[in-house]
Amino acid sequence: MIPFVARRLVQSLFVMLAVAALAFALFRFVGDPVSQMTGVETAPEDMERLRVELGLTDPVPVQFARFVGDLVTLDFGYSYRTRQPVGAMIAERIPATLELGFVALLISLVVGVPGGVYAALKPRSPATQALLIGTLIGVSVPTFVIGILLIFLFGVQLGWLPTFGRGSTVEIGPWRTSLLTVDGWRALILPAITLGLYQLTLTLRLVRAEMMEVMRTDHIRFALARGLPLTSIHYRHALGNTLVPVVTIVALQFGGVIAFSIVTESVFQWPGLGLLFLESIRFVDIPVMAVYLVLIGFVFVAINLLVDLLYAAIDPRIRVTGAA
Amino acid sequence: MRALIRDSDALHLLARSPLVIASALVAIVILAGAALAPWIAPTDPYDLASFSLVDALRPPAFQDGADPRFLLGTDDQGRDMVSAILHGARLSLVIGLSAMAFAAVLGVGLGLAAGWIGGRFDAVVMRIADVQLALPAILTALLIDGIARGVLPRDAQEETRVAVLIVAIGLSLWVNFARTARASTFRARNEDYVQAAIAMGVHPARILAVEILPNVVGPLLVIATVDLASAILLEATLSFLGVGLPADAPSLGTLIRIGMQFLLSGEWWILWVPTAFLVVLVVAINVLGDFLRDVFNPRLR
Amino acid sequence: MLAVEGLTVEFPGRRGVLRAVEDVGLSVAPGEIHGLVGESGAGKSTIAAAITGLLPEPGRVAAGAIRLGETDLLALPPAARHAARGKRISMIFQDPQTSLNPLMTIEAQLVETILAHEPDLGDRAARARAAALLAETGIRDAERRMAAYPHQFSGGMRQRVAIALALCTRPELVVADEPTTALDVAVQSQVLALIRRLVDERGLGMVLITHDIGVIAQVTDRVTVLRHGRVVEAGPTGAVLGRPQAAYTRSLMASVPRLERRLDRFPLVAIDGAPAIVRPDAADAAERWLRAHRDATAAPPAAEALAVEGLRVAFDGPRRGLFRKGEPIRAVTDVSLALPRGSVLGLVGESGSGKSTLAKAIMGLVQPTGGTMRHDGAMLPPGRSRPRSHPARRAIQMVFQDPYSSLNARRRIGAILAEPLALYRIEPDAEARDRLARAMLALVGLPEDAAERYPHQFSGGQRQRIAIARALLARPDVLVCDEPTSALDVSIQAQVLNLLKDLQERFALSILFISHDLAVVRQMADRIAVMKDGRLVEAGESEAFFAGPRAEYSRTLLALTPSLALLEGAAAAAPSPAETAAVREM
Repeated sequence: MIPFVARRLVQSLFVMLAVAALAFALFRFVGDPVSQMTGVETAPEDMERLRVELGLTDPVPVQFARFVGDLVTLDFGYSYRTRQPVGAMIAERIPATLELGFVALLISLVVGVPGGVYAALKPRSPATQALLIGTLIGVSVPTFVIGILLIFLFGVQLGWLPTFGRGSTVEIGPWRTSLLTVDGWRALILPAITLGLYQLTLTLRLVRAEMMEVMRTDHIRFALARGLPLTSIHYRHALGNTLVPVVTIVALQFGGVIAFSIVTESVFQWPGLGLLFLESIRFVDIPVMAVYLVLIGFVFVAINLLVDLLYAAIDPRIRVTGAA
Repeated sequence: MRALIRDSDALHLLARSPLVIASALVAIVILAGAALAPWIAPTDPYDLASFSLVDALRPPAFQDGADPRFLLGTDDQGRDMVSAILHGARLSLVIGLSAMAFAAVLGVGLGLAAGWIGGRFDAVVMRIADVQLALPAILTALLIDGIARGVLPRDAQEETRVAVLIVAIGLSLWVNFARTARASTFRARNEDYVQAAIAMGVHPARILAVEILPNVVGPLLVIATVDLASAILLEATLSFLGVGLPADAPSLGTLIRIGMQFLLSGEWWILWVPTAFLVVLVVAINVLGDFLRDVFNPRLR
Repeated sequence: MLAVEGLTVEFPGRRGVLRAVEDVGLSVAPGEIHGLVGESGAGKSTIAAAITGLLPEPGRVAAGAIRLGETDLLALPPAARHAARGKRISMIFQDPQTSLNPLMTIEAQLVETILAHEPDLGDRAARARAAALLAETGIRDAERRMAAYPHQFSGGMRQRVAIALALCTRPELVVADEPTTALDVAVQSQVLALIRRLVDERGLGMVLITHDIGVIAQVTDRVTVLRHGRVVEAGPTGAVLGRPQAAYTRSLMASVPRLERRLDRFPLVAIDGAPAIVRPDAADAAERWLRAHRDATAAPPAAEALAVEGLRVAFDGPRRGLFRKGEPIRAVTDVSLALPRGSVLGLVGESGSGKSTLAKAIMGLVQPTGGTMRHDGAMLPPGRSRPRSHPARRAIQMVFQDPYSSLNARRRIGAILAEPLALYRIEPDAEARDRLARAMLALVGLPEDAAERYPHQFSGGQRQRIAIARALLARPDVLVCDEPTSALDVSIQAQVLNLLKDLQERFALSILFISHDLAVVRQMADRIAVMKDGRLVEAGESEAFFAGPRAEYSRTLLALTPSLALLEGAAAAAPSPAETAAVREM
């Protein structure tokens, strides 16, 4: 168990280093940082001096080590576009994206898991057929189209819900939240549904497939032959055995949620990380892009580690070794 | 004969689901329309001389004030929507198919090699795949697009747009192919018929080509179909976000982005016609992908 | 107590209705084990599923009655039927590796099952019953060990747990579907003894399904022989197996390899007036071709076709830590063996004994960590260092265990068979290759047009013949057969063993014959080698070995292998209680 986690930890470190190297390459070799920082009229000598000051004349491995050192000490440099510290820019945007992503994921789980179980247990019911056709359309309609549809229906036609921004927010320390006001929740509903719908269809299809697989196994047939209550067979024995793959995919989806938040934030003008990233791509704002990249890599790696720990909690074959 | 029987099973599944037949028809019609766009489209949407502002914002033929020349109306530039959509679908499909092919060649190649060679090579490829998975498709595509903007000289950017999109989308989709090819190769490698071939001294290239690849094709075909849908969606999303194709050579995603400006006005067709077209196309491809999955998964029969 | 009458089970499909079971009747009394025996497709498992009410979709009982005591099971509404499962009828499955929920402790699974049927019992009493039952099924220190998870138990122990789970609700009837098929012979013997004891002590009724005549002979009171979903013959076990009346039962009994004597050929009894096998002319062509090659080669220099000296194979074990590699797993340790030219060496061992690893090392499929191998006196380069063009790659051919995995489903039989001819440049002309492939099919007893078909169109036995044909087309002098018949039905096994014997004698092949089944090996081998835990336990002349094995392990193995010797006496008289008891003790 402990060696297992330790090994995953080291692997995660390597993945993080690879992502950092990617970000560094982006930072160092895409465009010239100095010409980005200075104007057209800067004298060549000044540019050279700046180059030395910034350490851009050092050997590349030294620069990379410094880059990683800066990342670890949360020193992310300055944006080419706004000239502000990247760290502050990101910190300001994180709460909006995390809240959006969290609610979207919640929607996808709360609807997707029971939906998948139902579809697996009642394969012939008309509701299941409707669900399956629904998921097929769900994976086929691009997120931005869903957003536009929702805006058109609930924002424009019915006028029930706001169609852009976060609504009114409350500041708790550095965290600006929209979860504490009715207005904030109203603003959150459409983007969260937009973002969650695609993940929901994936979750539903996965849970259904895994449930159907497990329902065919010997130990479920044995549980049936012992006359255990059907609720226990379905929810304790079968659903329990689908958890490992489901947890894996749901965790991977969190990465997907953050990525698709770029689209959702763009449609709803949601002031989160995605919008920031999109702006920085349009303006080739390399430092922001690089830090965003590292951040996404970090979230992914952290979630994967968490998943490994969850595996151990779910599956005794990982947790408990040795003969009885 | 085996193929015949499987085909008959496939035909049986096909006969049972009108949705699949309809999807196949839709896909074929759209594919044909897109392929023949330069010859069957009423006007050339790329040729500025072929349309004029006089015709701008005409509604579709069945609404009042329509011009019979424009079956689905015109946009704010006076461009014929039918022509714009046919050419847009053509661009979307060219990019989608090329990106899928690029991802397939890269992914299947790496996956077969990793599954066959195993050991350290396999570990390295799979770690790269892990890192790739850490960066969701949209993000990868956006990043590569951003890098291309930074690296390529400004005047070359317009011409390389399509190529950059293909590489960006292709790179974000190769992992699926690689993982499937690797898993199938790994499984086949341990099958006795491959072990027999190894023991007999058959050349590895021949084993891969004759014994393993035919057994991997089924699952890969499913991935290819589903990934084609993903690639088209990705292209549309990138274009919608404004980092894909520009407005003077619009793909379906670009058309939808242009149409967004008319969300609040009465000219609904400029937004909803290309949107519906895109959704129908992707639904049809995904229905076919699902169907293939059923055909190649004997357990679900 | 259980009465099944006129049971007919149908599976409607789009190619018509498949009748899996037709007009089957059987009855079980308390304290009685009723065996259902038959080859694949006989409908045994379908009958079990019909009794427990767990027929897979879209199966349905089309006719007949199933009564348990006074209850007509088929008339029960689904809820009552489900409530009767566990409470009155329980079941034991084949594979103990998959029949327990891996995420729950043994205790939780037992307690849940008990409380599901006796909710008033209380947690404490349920636990006590669970522990007592586990102890009764032979799990020592049950009180403590029931807190463990299934993966912490060995296969045999898990099957004991499964038996405890089936019995914890005190059912009247237990249906056991191949309960010992996945177990090694020693464990099988213990589990069968346990089942017999529990049935006797508790007055249970049991339906025991198996394909293994040895198991039927060892443990059942009555037996029903099934074929194609119909009852062929039924009655007391001794009478049915000892004096079979139906032609099918006679042929089945004739096909069972006997541990106590070596047969020259299995006598194949014609059933349903099946035509005698006609040998087509093409077979002679194939035989002439094989002989021509044989005569052309000069007398080989060595008396031993294959010799292995001090062979070791080790695999990397699971890692112990971040930087520590796992302890290597020693699959084969210091094994020395010799296969004299033109003879058959039988290699015997339980699963995990390293016998298949040894075969793969000889084939160059795994890398040995030490020792030498010789073919015809010449050194055999090990593993990866054996070049693809090495002559031994042609001269040593292998026949695998699983005929479903050893032929590529995507290739025509003709292409599969032509492969060695082209690969070893034996026959440059494609048309001649095709002719030879067809002739070889005839030699192994298949129609020549089989070359145009694909593997899935053949049964397991036919596929194994195709695999043998492929091996022969390389014109080998050594065949390595790794459990070539253990995936086959017993009558098919007899045919394939006869074929191998024929070929071996006619072409003076040297065969390394690997099997877990001593009775099969006895029919084939001139010499015997026994392996256990990767080491050689004993090796010697076959007849001497069966007359008196030297090693303790060999003796145990021989004693535990189910034997039909008992029935030879039973043909004259029913077995005496003492005899039956003696069998049950083992």
